[in-house]
Amino acid sequence: MDEIALRVNGEDRTARADAGAPLIHVLRNLLDLKATRYGCGQEQCGACMVLLDGKPTFSCTFPAAEAVGREVETAEALVSHPLREAFLELQAGQCGYCLSGILMSAKGLLDRTADPAREEIVAALDPHLCRCGAHERIIGAVALAAARLRGAAA
Amino acid sequence: MIPNALPLSLQDNPRLDQWVAFPAPGRVSVRTGKVELGQGVLTALLQIAAEELDVAPERIDLTSGDTASTPNEGFTAGSLSIQVGGAALRLVTAELRALMLEQAARQLQCDVSRLAVADGAILKEGVPSGLDYWRLAPALDLSQAATGAAPVKAPGQLRLVGQDLPRTDLPAKLGGAPFIQDLAPPDLLHARVLHRPRRGARLEAVDEAGAARLGAVTFHRSGDVVAVIGEDEAEVQAAFTRLRDRARWSGGVELKETDAEAVTLLDRPTAPPRVVERGAPSGAPVVRRLEATYSKPYIAHGSIAPSCGLAKFEEGRLTVWTHAQGVFALRGSIARALGLDPALVHVIHHQGAGCYGHNGADDAAFDAAFVALARPGRTVRVLWTREDELGVAPFGAAMVVKLAAGLDASGRPVDWNIDVFSPSHGGRPGMNGAVNLLTPLSLATPPDDPAPMDLPDAAGGGASRNAFLLYDLPHQKMVHHFITDAPVRTSSMRGLGAFANVFALESFLDEAAEAAGLDPVAYRLSLMSDPRARAVIEEAARMCHWDMSPPDGIARGFAFSRYKNSAAYLALAVELSVEEEVRVSRVWCAVDGGLIVNPDGARNQIEGGVIQALSWTLKEQVRFSEGAVSSSTWETYPILRFSEVPRIETQLIGDPAHPPLGIGEVSQGPTAAAVANGVAAALGARLRHLPLTRERIMAALLEA
Repeated sequence: MDEIALRVNGEDRTARADAGAPLIHVLRNLLDLKATRYGCGQEQCGACMVLLDGKPTFSCTFPAAEAVGREVETAEALVSHPLREAFLELQAGQCGYCLSGILMSAKGLLDRTADPAREEIVAALDPHLCRCGAHERIIGAVALAAARLRGAAA
Repeated sequence: MIPNALPLSLQDNPRLDQWVAFPAPGRVSVRTGKVELGQGVLTALLQIAAEELDVAPERIDLTSGDTASTPNEGFTAGSLSIQVGGAALRLVTAELRALMLEQAARQLQCDVSRLAVADGAILKEGVPSGLDYWRLAPALDLSQAATGAAPVKAPGQLRLVGQDLPRTDLPAKLGGAPFIQDLAPPDLLHARVLHRPRRGARLEAVDEAGAARLGAVTFHRSGDVVAVIGEDEAEVQAAFTRLRDRARWSGGVELKETDAEAVTLLDRPTAPPRVVERGAPSGAPVVRRLEATYSKPYIAHGSIAPSCGLAKFEEGRLTVWTHAQGVFALRGSIARALGLDPALVHVIHHQGAGCYGHNGADDAAFDAAFVALARPGRTVRVLWTREDELGVAPFGAAMVVKLAAGLDASGRPVDWNIDVFSPSHGGRPGMNGAVNLLTPLSLATPPDDPAPMDLPDAAGGGASRNAFLLYDLPHQKMVHHFITDAPVRTSSMRGLGAFANVFALESFLDEAAEAAGLDPVAYRLSLMSDPRARAVIEEAARMCHWDMSPPDGIARGFAFSRYKNSAAYLALAVELSVEEEVRVSRVWCAVDGGLIVNPDGARNQIEGGVIQALSWTLKEQVRFSEGAVSSSTWETYPILRFSEVPRIETQLIGDPAHPPLGIGEVSQGPTAAAVANGVAAALGARLRHLPLTRERIMAALLEA
């Protein structure tokens, strides 16, 4: 076991874990940040997506030790973010299990692109699987959040 | 209302206090046996109860799926949660409101007609009377049986039902920890359970010592079942992965690659064919005979979360937390498989990821119970792997549907014959008197389960679901060939047999229209007298401008079905193009579900069903190689992605004076048929076997 010091959602956090333990294990089990969901463990569904220095990263396989010294963002950080508000407003989800990861990829996109075209939203979300079929609402919610953010910035 | 007309949920749970209680001033406790599967049903049930009680939704504490406290409403399945469970709750809450008003009238010595309810308070001539539900409740005997006699609100009186109340569960799902996978009591132990790779396989060797070098774990073994248990999930997972990858198995039913092709069902043994006929051939001379064979393969549920179960065994009592669809049935099966008294087993529903039928939830709950018995006093959490979720959970049954019809000179069917070949769609815990759980079959003393059977027609049928058409045909004959020895475990998946049957029937109807030289929509209307069916067909045709030709390179397809011939009506049109692959760009749905409790929720279900069915139609097939399931990752079992979904428009056109009809599974079958019909229009060649892959398109083009 090693002591792993992380910066998560703007706070310094430490946990004791094997150096090779995946980041999701540290977030969910050691730091009690359970909004990051486990889906496949193989980088194939996107449920576990977090932002690492702003870049969408599969936390199910990413070694926690390699996140030391970098900025980790999880869905817990979006409590009052326009993205979450837009998802609620459009009821963009069914079971909701895929949404945490999708929110993070969407935030990554909106942080770099203020006015994303539909194709850019779709491309950003394409690593994510949604089994309930809420895709269209989700795309709409990301576009709505982008518009709100632009409105706030204007 | 006569008693035998009460919804089944109410017949089974007649006492008012099984459904509603007034535990504290200002609070209403409502209990439902139906559970949240990601479909938003708890929000809709809350709306129904708040509507008929005339209380604010915020006053209601809803309890769902708990063997200790909720009514037993069977499984949350078959699009019956609103149609039956909601109908029961509506009658109960309407009756409670009526009883409260009668009691208030007695106490206030006035006529009931002078009283009204506002958020649980009794008004007399519009003025607060000082009485409310909580003051009146002690005077009422709520243990009495519901009569179903109290009138429910008329459409014009509805305030909450029919409104888009936001989902009550969604806020926690955006950034919170609402899922069963998130439960983490302080006494938590993590576990993984090894499942055999094929039916009947025996565990020859496992390297427990090697696995234990990867973390602080212990093992529990019974028969061919091994559990890896520990305090740290990452260590348990690492040790389990090594154990699984090096386990040696022998024997069992080797899956052949060709078993994945549905048409090989025709070579398998069947029970004696079951024949059901309606009507008789019209007697008109047959001028043309049509025959065709359709199929769909085994498909996987593919929840985004791996199944999870938690269990704790303490002082002889077992508590189980599960995301299964039927907590009472699961309690019975767990108790039987573990030799426990069911009265000592408490099963509690906790929300999981989206559930589309009998997936691995029940099995994961059993796995947790199995480990909990070996580690008393601790809460054991078992999480399945992605490979288990896609590889050992029950599959939606493969099916072959053979159709034959004789047409008269005007193209109308004189006779209509459907032969359905399918293994069971009804392998849920407790069905057919069986335990029906995965892991018990590998225990030292497996349960003596009877051979599988299909769901009876009276329960909506399994393979026979929607085998009969709603159209005005003089004669329909169904022959059900039940496959007795499917190579893999099969059970209920969204729509059951309706998916393959509607795909086949509504494809074949287009073939008949073509043979008759008639437009597919006009042909359907010429055979349909049910006004509600006609209305959705006409509306969907209007929405997509069916009367105008599609743009160049675009083809349209159309289909209709009334799910189970008893739930909601849906007509659907698609617009698509075919190059190497099918690309569906637009979908239009017209739906009559009667009174819609939550229109936005209904749209979400219908449109989600379209997308899921598109995925089944275009992509999905369980595959086998080297004797086992080989499609056990998202790479080998791809589903529809964001870049592949169409735009969908939905019109809800039902009359709110009609009772609510189930809508959760209405769009599956028509989606497949409309796509197949569109592909036939685009290619001039018909694809009759799902999924509609690039290989099948190429083969059809070569033949055409």
